[in-house]
Amino acid sequence: MFAQHLPVLPIILPLMAAPLCILLGRSHLAWLLATLVSALSFVISVDVLLTTLEQGVLSYAIGGWQPPWGIEIRIDTASAMILSAVTGISTLVLVYAKESIAKEVDPSQHTLFYTAHLLCLTGLSGILSTGDAFNLFVFLEISSLATYTLVSLGSDKRCLTAAFRYLVMGTIGATFILIGVGMLYMKTGTLNMIDLADRIAEFNGNRTLKTGLAFILVGVSIKLALFPLHMWLPPAYTHAPSAVSAFLASTATKVAVYVMVRFIFTIYGAEFVFHTMSMDILLLALAIVAIFKCSFMATVQSNVKTVLAYSSVAQIGYMILGISLVSSVGLMAGLLHIFNHALMKGALFMAVGAVLLRTGSVDIKAFQGLGKQMPLTMAAFTIAGLSIIGVPLTAGFVSKWYLVTAALEQQQWVIAMLVLLGSLLAIIYIGRILEAAYFKEPSELTAGKDIKEAPMLMLVPMWVLVIANIYFGIDTSLTLSAADTAAQLLTQSMTEIEAAQ
Amino acid sequence: MAEIIDLVLLGMLAITAFNIIFIKDLFTVVMLFGIYSFLSALIFVNLDAVDVAFTEAAVGAGISTVLMLGTLALTGRKEKASSHKTILPLLVVCVTGAALIYGTLDMPLFGDPDNPAHQHVAPRYIEDSPQEIGIPNMVTSVLASYRAFDTLGETAVVFAAAIGVLSLLGLPKRDRATIQSGLKSHLVLRVVAKMIIPLIVLFALYVQFHGDYGPGGGFQAGVIAAAALILYALVFGLPMATHVVPPRVLKALAALGVLIYAGTGVVSLFLSANFLDYSVLAEDPVAGQHIGIIAIELGVGITVFAAMLCIFYAFAGQTERKNIQ
Repeated sequence: MFAQHLPVLPIILPLMAAPLCILLGRSHLAWLLATLVSALSFVISVDVLLTTLEQGVLSYAIGGWQPPWGIEIRIDTASAMILSAVTGISTLVLVYAKESIAKEVDPSQHTLFYTAHLLCLTGLSGILSTGDAFNLFVFLEISSLATYTLVSLGSDKRCLTAAFRYLVMGTIGATFILIGVGMLYMKTGTLNMIDLADRIAEFNGNRTLKTGLAFILVGVSIKLALFPLHMWLPPAYTHAPSAVSAFLASTATKVAVYVMVRFIFTIYGAEFVFHTMSMDILLLALAIVAIFKCSFMATVQSNVKTVLAYSSVAQIGYMILGISLVSSVGLMAGLLHIFNHALMKGALFMAVGAVLLRTGSVDIKAFQGLGKQMPLTMAAFTIAGLSIIGVPLTAGFVSKWYLVTAALEQQQWVIAMLVLLGSLLAIIYIGRILEAAYFKEPSELTAGKDIKEAPMLMLVPMWVLVIANIYFGIDTSLTLSAADTAAQLLTQSMTEIEAAQ
Repeated sequence: MAEIIDLVLLGMLAITAFNIIFIKDLFTVVMLFGIYSFLSALIFVNLDAVDVAFTEAAVGAGISTVLMLGTLALTGRKEKASSHKTILPLLVVCVTGAALIYGTLDMPLFGDPDNPAHQHVAPRYIEDSPQEIGIPNMVTSVLASYRAFDTLGETAVVFAAAIGVLSLLGLPKRDRATIQSGLKSHLVLRVVAKMIIPLIVLFALYVQFHGDYGPGGGFQAGVIAAAALILYALVFGLPMATHVVPPRVLKALAALGVLIYAGTGVVSLFLSANFLDYSVLAEDPVAGQHIGIIAIELGVGITVFAAMLCIFYAFAGQTERKNIQ
């Protein structure tokens, strides 16, 4: 009976569960509801992903009004793939959060935490599913407001400054996107993405549309923390509760990368953005600087959460690098990395959260000797860390492999070399932590304390992600076919133009 | 004539903005923000966008001003000297401004009936909405039916904002009713407040249910109703207000509004139509649209009312705590 409504359910299930959490009032009930709803959304998303692989794009007219008059939910393989990753990570993080926030968040705020988490999930699913440019902005606002709340819930007072900084930067980004969408509407009279794409093609080189693109790209770059607009990210991920860092690092910025892909490839068209406006050179340069500058920053931090935060900005560089190569393989590598990075960063932040729970610190000194005291957590950290580096048989290897392939396909030897060099920096920042954990004696922070292994509720979601890292590193059929179909669909117009030339 | 009015209003808007930048007394700045919103509302009226003007006046000039004053009560009214360097931000602002001006060069002409915004989707809203939805105010038709999903999202944004403020500040406890705080020595104020509060609430209800026919709807009504209670809290003190509307009820109401809205959409699902398709809510599709719009506007009104009052309670509760210390 609900089969044809599946595309809309990953949005409205968490949207309705969020106010229900407030009405339930008790934190364990709210936790149970949030986890179940998130799991249900995950199952539906995977089903939608399989459907898009078989049947192509799914379209759903909200309110029964046909686009462009009404709002359309439009899910293609790219959206469904990232939607599955987001809902999946959300479910695992919620399972993990119960023990984690018990220590890091004030008990009176637990219900608010689950409500904000569900609102954030609503926003992210909405962004991924909608086929309407203004509707995308509305969902971006929901997820952003919920994100600021989540960051501010940390026990460390500095999380407030971090959240405020994030709020100011995020609001500027959102306003820029709104200005851009306004300019699009002014010139085309429509907000539906497909309709916009048709009508933008008519005006080649219109100054209002160019300005609109500039505002949208800058706004989205703030949201996805593209260098040099990433300054809000390291403090936010460092001071937020660990469960929040795990969720945001693996979903929020990735969804922003998706928004950029959507605006570039679906709405404006790769031809206009990359050939007329030459945005590929700018994005490529920023991506490479991001990879090196932020990987280097990651090697000199003493707070492990900050290390991972800088590593995130660097990894976003790889995704943008894939997009800026302007080829189907490049885009596929970018999309693949969005998915795979969610798996690895989620696991890494979860492991750090477990260390925080047991030792009370995330300083690199607290990791000394943990290889013996928390073997399972540190094993998880090691495998996910290897995946970040891009060691074969992990998911990280697959996406880097295709990134290098895409660069070589265009005879870009330098870029291929730079990707490999970036991985060397990852070896350093991950290696430092592993060295502390396995080869050093416990420091004064943890010496004499009896440190136990993390509780089951934290280990299970962490290891599910670790196993996913290995699984998608060995059996790549699902992720590859999804990313390939998605990239083919997005670059369709581009290949047609190339063929015509 | 309309152009002259526009120019004068825009000029006043610019003067107000410059004053806001340079004046250091934050109390004055908040008042100027109110004036800025009223001027914007006038410009919207001149553009024949009365619904937008109404919202701007109620939200921008009304509630926002009160909330900012609530913040000033906590932070003090003097602006601290900023230690930041100003050159880079100034440069960013100049580049943004230049980009905006560059963008206007190819903009469609102001007020031209051939503009794309008037030619593509808008004609259907104007020509067919009276038959398809059957209410005279097309703005409400677009907001509440054609683009109802956006409005659901906006309601969720208001709810998310309330959740954010609650997580930072928390709600005050419900106190025993006393008239210790508030303006208890101002007899005139108290008598006048008692007279006009019922009228404000009545007006809010009118705006709520008249949104189908004229400017208005849940957003504006929610804000006006919240204003009535804020006035009550200002004159008679927060403890009395929490006695009238307890904070816990408010939190539940904010959640309930979102549920009413989304629930209306889910009812359509069970009647085997698409999400938020109100046509199936009654035998006659137009009557169904009517019912749907009334239901979701109610949801919006409740959430906006409760969220605004929640935010005010949270601020006022902090101020009371500060005064006690």
